[in-house]
Amino acid sequence: MATTYRICPRSGLQFDTNAEKLMRWHAVAGVLSLLVGGIMALGVILTRWPDVKLLEAETFYMVLTAHGVDMLIFWIIFFEMAVLIFASSTLLRCRLATPRIAWVAFWLMALGAIMTNVAIFQGGSSVMFTSYVPMQAQWHFYLGLILFAVGALVTCFVFLGTLVVAKAEKTYEGSVPLVTFGALTACIIAIFTIASGAVILIPTMLWSLGYIREIDSLMYRVVWWGMGHSSQQINVAAHVAIWYAIAAIVFGAKPMSEKVSRSAYFLYILFLQLACAHHLLSDPGMGAEWKVVNTSYFMYFAVLASMIHGMTVPGAIEQAQRLKGYNKGLFEWLRKAPWGNPAFAAMFLSLIGFGFLGGISGVMMGAEQLNMLIHNTIYVPGHFHATVVIGTTLAFMGLTYFLVPVLFKRELMFPGYAKLFPYLFGLSMYIVALVMMGAGTLGVSRRHWDMAFAGAPLAYEWPGTAFLMMNLTGIFGTIAIVSGGLWILQIVFSILFGKKLEAGEMRNTPIPLTLPAPTAGGTAHPPATPGTLVLALIFLVAFILYYFVNWKYLSSLWGLA
Amino acid sequence: MSAILPPADQIWWKHPIDKLEFTWIAIALVWSLTMFVMMIWWHMYGNQNLANETYKTTPAAFASKAQAAIDQHTVRTENVSFNGVDEAIPVVAPPAGSDIYLIARLWSWRPIYELEQGKTYKLHLSSMDWMHGFSLQPQNINIQVHPNYEHVVKITPNQTGTYSIVCNEYCGINHHTMTGRIYVK
Repeated sequence: MATTYRICPRSGLQFDTNAEKLMRWHAVAGVLSLLVGGIMALGVILTRWPDVKLLEAETFYMVLTAHGVDMLIFWIIFFEMAVLIFASSTLLRCRLATPRIAWVAFWLMALGAIMTNVAIFQGGSSVMFTSYVPMQAQWHFYLGLILFAVGALVTCFVFLGTLVVAKAEKTYEGSVPLVTFGALTACIIAIFTIASGAVILIPTMLWSLGYIREIDSLMYRVVWWGMGHSSQQINVAAHVAIWYAIAAIVFGAKPMSEKVSRSAYFLYILFLQLACAHHLLSDPGMGAEWKVVNTSYFMYFAVLASMIHGMTVPGAIEQAQRLKGYNKGLFEWLRKAPWGNPAFAAMFLSLIGFGFLGGISGVMMGAEQLNMLIHNTIYVPGHFHATVVIGTTLAFMGLTYFLVPVLFKRELMFPGYAKLFPYLFGLSMYIVALVMMGAGTLGVSRRHWDMAFAGAPLAYEWPGTAFLMMNLTGIFGTIAIVSGGLWILQIVFSILFGKKLEAGEMRNTPIPLTLPAPTAGGTAHPPATPGTLVLALIFLVAFILYYFVNWKYLSSLWGLA
Repeated sequence: MSAILPPADQIWWKHPIDKLEFTWIAIALVWSLTMFVMMIWWHMYGNQNLANETYKTTPAAFASKAQAAIDQHTVRTENVSFNGVDEAIPVVAPPAGSDIYLIARLWSWRPIYELEQGKTYKLHLSSMDWMHGFSLQPQNINIQVHPNYEHVVKITPNQTGTYSIVCNEYCGINHHTMTGRIYVK
């Protein structure tokens, strides 16, 4: 498939025409999944809002299943495939390997996403995102997920093939950019994830068709979480890469140390997958040693990696800002940051929320004994709305603001809303995550239609505070959904009706990347980053205090041995 | 150069690490190891650790074993009515140190137990059908319950009162009505 190359006049990036079209289609399919997932979110939140309680139980569980699958799998992975193509073909300025196969993969993913959604909305597959056996969905619920996974797997190999093409055709010199390295990490984790999904979903589909008599429920959970949690680790690797990318695009920020950032990614590759075991901490059948080793991501080396990224990303921004002369005090660099630029604002809110809310709560749930306080309570969705919505989704949304003019060649419509959006959506999600975790600390269950137990005998009465927290979840959740809906409208309108921008020069051959010759001993000594260290220490103090508060709470409970 | 370009210096792995960056990595490493040791320490000195003791079973085998133990120590029944169905739930007061069985099924936790404060019991958990979530409130102790696995957890209630068991693993349309009770005297 012959191709051409476009030099974007706004960013200087070079797009292979095949790759560019694939990126656009993946991004659009992702946003459509986000739209369906978002409408479902409204059904979920308006039902869990105790004062509203919109849907009947049967509809609620169907809507909740669709919400989970569309958001956690389809939206995120479609967008991630676009990121993989961008990080390989665009950043390395080369042609995309096997574009025809990449298209087959895209349509497999699309077919799979549609098939699973059809199965869910037919009503016989309200098994939640996790589809735990022995609860059974219809066979095409599983088949859709399998097709989607196969498509994503093929795209992962197209990404790897493109890295080979770039190396062979010498379109860059030296090592791949850090962002590409991060995307490679995401790709490796994705391959592990998809393989786990295939290992468990194929037999489960055969079981739903009657060819296999029984699937062991504990084995299902062990293997399924190899997909279920690892798919969220793809997000971590991908959105950290996007943080670095946005810092580079907005500030021209250069990593504080290539060595440190790449080593941190390498720790992800080695240890992040162990997080699947976090879901089995309160299960029978797995030994304490197995739990301790796995749940600590092997001695918390993957947490260490996140703490490193959490410092090096703002550190790189601080260095870039100080080089521009924002040197007053500890925080002038941060005060004078472009808070009106939605890509930056979204990225920074994503970073802070992911660390303070998602990261700390994740480590709490991941501590073997503390998990008993949290397992299956609404604390868990509180945690992953902080990681997946504030961390991943908000970063993706911020990047999309950059992609509208660069990739879709359209001027953004309603730029005033773009200035407001990261704060409106991001901060309301901060509150949602916090109050869900608050309600979960009081014990409120996740995936539960009625916290008043609808007159069941032996019902438990939650404290008034729990109802208050769930009402707040409803209010701020609705604000977040509406602002997210407006974001979708803004992006769709801009892509369809925005002012067309100049496409830029078209070429038949790519221009290889040339870098200025390195100065002896590297660049001049970069400025120190005391402001970032102070932010990091504030984070550490919050982390340590909250960690020991939870142990204190645990120690007051019934003895368990 | 920036993170979206190849490193300008091709021998980037020889660059020295920034002093403050190194400080943070050292602090983060110490904290990570502290958290790791904390879990092991709690296994040695803490009083709340989930038991490893688990057996393979079947719903029928578990139910008959449970029923025998329940029949032996039932002291009274509590009558409830839900959706027009009356049920006399046995209230079981087992001796301290004994094995007690909690049957999880769509959509109930049975029987009701009457336990004594400060005494230890061996609680056997298993499901008759799908997965369920044992969620003891207002303690907020949460344990996953599987069919075909019998999980034995030693519990020692440390306060008197009325405790509820809520199901917090989604188990179908009447999930929200799946409740149980434990009294501690």
